Order: sequence, then structure tokens, then C-alpha cells
Amino acid sequence: MTGQPAAGKGGAGFAQDLERLEAIVESLESQDLDLDQALALFEEGVERLRAARERLATAEARVRQVLSDQAGNLRVEDIER
Amino acid sequence: MGQGLDLFAAASPDGAWTVAQVTRRARAVIEAGLTGLWVRGEISGFKAYDSGHWYFTLRDRAAQLRCVMWASENKRLPARPDEGVQVFVFGTPTVWEERGELRLTVRELLAGDTGGPWRLQFERARAALERDGLLDPARKRPIPPFPRRIAVVTSREGAALHDIIAVVTRRWPVAEILVLPTVVQGQAAEPSLVAALALLSRLKRLDVVIVGRGGGAKEDLQAFNSERVARAVAAVPVPVISAVGHETDVTLCDLVADVRAPTPSAAAEAATPDRETVLAHLDRLARGLTRGLRTPTVRVGERAARVADRLVASMELWFERSDGRLRAAGARLDALSPLRVLGRGYAVARDAEGHVLRRAAHFVPGAGFRLRVVDGEVAARVEERP
Repeated sequence: MTGQPAAGKGGAGFAQDLERLEAIVESLESQDLDLDQALALFEEGVERLRAARERLATAEARVRQVLSDQAGNLRVEDIER
Repeated sequence: MGQGLDLFAAASPDGAWTVAQVTRRARAVIEAGLTGLWVRGEISGFKAYDSGHWYFTLRDRAAQLRCVMWASENKRLPARPDEGVQVFVFGTPTVWEERGELRLTVRELLAGDTGGPWRLQFERARAALERDGLLDPARKRPIPPFPRRIAVVTSREGAALHDIIAVVTRRWPVAEILVLPTVVQGQAAEPSLVAALALLSRLKRLDVVIVGRGGGAKEDLQAFNSERVARAVAAVPVPVISAVGHETDVTLCDLVADVRAPTPSAAAEAATPDRETVLAHLDRLARGLTRGLRTPTVRVGERAARVADRLVASMELWFERSDGRLRAAGARLDALSPLRVLGRGYAVARDAEGHVLRRAAHFVPGAGFRLRVVDGEVAARVEERP
């Protein structure tokens, strides 16, 4: 309950956010929590929800191409569409 | 066996070979002279016995050859060959001594009805991949549900890339698409695909790969049937979706990939969730959060109400107790009240300005003053000094 990584930080991916969110809702709905615990979970849930929605807010997929030169060096550049 | 048979003896009826000796010798000669070989022909007189062994004849216009394929070998095959189909078999010729019959012991049987030698090459490559476990269903990895980086190995010009970008943009614009341009047909396709697939292991934070091309003539799919390309697909460190754009022909690339999609668009759909669906799920979770919080809040509300009730009750009790003390204090105050003094028969004299006249000298003969008694005031006048 406590000690969970904050939502949306670093490697914590969307899937983990979503899973954690589902777990939070489940404990809120099913467990006999006191108000402090419930509030803490609620706040964490709201934060993860916000982070998750933020991630979905991108309007258009970014498209780039990966090219390799003779020496095997990689170059990544945007593609004109 | 025949070491005791000299030419002289063999030339006379006295030295005649037994039948068994002949078939045994023939078998040794055949087996030594014709080792394993691929044979092409048409299946005829196929018969599967209860033991699981298969017996059939391979024939072409000029000749026929009896064949047996043991149960231990044929159990790997997906189906029995149909009567009359062209097949390629790999086997060792031998002689069935008891019948004096030339026979091929078949180890491998490949359907050769379509594509001729090309099909043969395909089947051999497939068999090699299978031996190395690359076609094992247990190798298939699940596609990550919310990809952030999708690599696409295909032609920079083809419709496939266009379709993939369109689908990802519509369904899951959250993802970034990394295109690894390749040649997908002709002689250059195989090395180009292998090189592009090898680059994938150098890209960071990759979630899933789509490799493929749009539809094309059957011969154009050849690069995707290359064993080298298939092995390069198998070596990709993240899940691979193949989309070679042919509903009917399954390529080696399809077989090795984690997921086979019939078209590039379908591959893009397999690689991405639908954002609207995910948003709807988030909305449900948001409602769940509020609903979930309500229960403890209601419980706390009830507790607060109980506490408030007790507070009110205790205040009332306090007031009740205080009331007794007040009454006692009131009585004491009352005892000190001037009215009580007046009640005992005393009066207070004041002049017209209201000053209390305490001493005889304050009373001026002839002057008026007022007397306050317990139930009112009386006007009075000083007659003279005593």
C-alpha cells in the first residue's frame, strides 16, 4: 500500500500503472480500510489515473526511420509524411 | 554369405544359390550402391496398416518403386498423402528379401504438388527450423499490451508501411514507429531483410516488431521463405508479428514469428490496443475509485455523527451540573442585593441629581430630596436642622 513507486515515474510503464490502478480500486471496493488508508489509496489512484490519461494524450504517432551506414553506425531520423 | 560359392559351383545346378542367398546379396549390393537419396514421384496404392506403417508405390511414366515409411517416421507428418499426388521422398533403397522386392525405406515425405523444387526447398528449410526448435509453439511470446515503440521492417515505399502507420495513428498514437527500410523482393531482399532484422537488437526500449510486405506474386515471397531470414526473425529479442500479405501461403517467416497476421493492417492491429477502449476502461476505474472511497467515508461519517451525539449529550450534562452551581451563586448574589437591604426596612436618600445623601450635613433645610424604599420612591423635604 505504501512504498509503491509514484505513478508514471521512469520504467513504470503504462501496463503497471493500469494494473496498480485496478488493484487500488479493488482494495477500495472490497477491503475494510480506515479512512487514512482509503484516502492514501484514493490519492495514489487519482495520480496514476492522471498519469495514464496523460500518456494517452498524444495526438499523432511519431514516425522515424533507422538507417545504418557502411560502418554500421545507426542514424535515426524523422520521416516526412 | 557367398564366400563358399565359386564360379564353378555357381555354374552348375549342384552349386545353385538359394533364393535367400540371392535376395540377401542383392540387398547388400543395393544398400552399398545407393545410399540416401531424394526421389520424386506420384503416390499410388497407398495403404496405412494398423501398426502405423505406410506402404505405397512411387511412380512416374516409366517406372514404379515400392516404398515403406515406418510409423516412427510418418508420425511427424501432418497428414497422409493423397492418392496420385506428386511428392518428394527421402529414403534408402533396399531389397525386401522375403519378397525379392526392391523397396525404398522412406524417412521424409514432402508434398510436392505445388511449386516443384521450390516447395522442396521450403520443406527442407522448415524441417531444419523444426529440428532446431524454432517452430515450437512454446517459443511464441505474447505481444505487450501497451507498446511504446514499434519497429517496422518493410519497404520504405510499399503500401504496407502506409497501412501500418495509418492503423497505429488511429488506434494507438501513443506509440512511436521506427521504420527499418528494406528491400522485400528480388535477389537483394534476403540480405537486406537479414541486415535489418539484425539491427533490431541494437535498438533500445523496443516493444514489438512488425516484419512484412503487402501482397505480391507468389515468387515475390521467396525472401520470406528463406531459412536465413527465418532464423533472423527467430533471433529478434522482442516479439515479432509477421505480415507477408498472403492469406493462403504461410511463409517460413510466418512460422517462426510470434504472431502471424494476414495483412500489414492486421499486424498493426495485433500490435496495438485501441485507445478509446483503454480510455473507457480508465473511466470505469475512475468511477471505481470514487465509489471505493465512499464506503470508508460513509463509515467515518457515521462515526462522526455518533461522536457529535455524544458531544451534545456531554454538553447538556455539563450545563445541567453548571445550572446547580449557578443557582447557588445566584442565591449568594441575591443576599447581597441592595433591594434585600431595603427589604429589611432601610431607605436610601438622594438629592435631585441622584447623589446619595449619606451624612446629616448633606441635608439642606428646605431642600427637597427623594427616598428610595423597597417598593418605590417617595418625594421628601428637609424641615430644619435638629
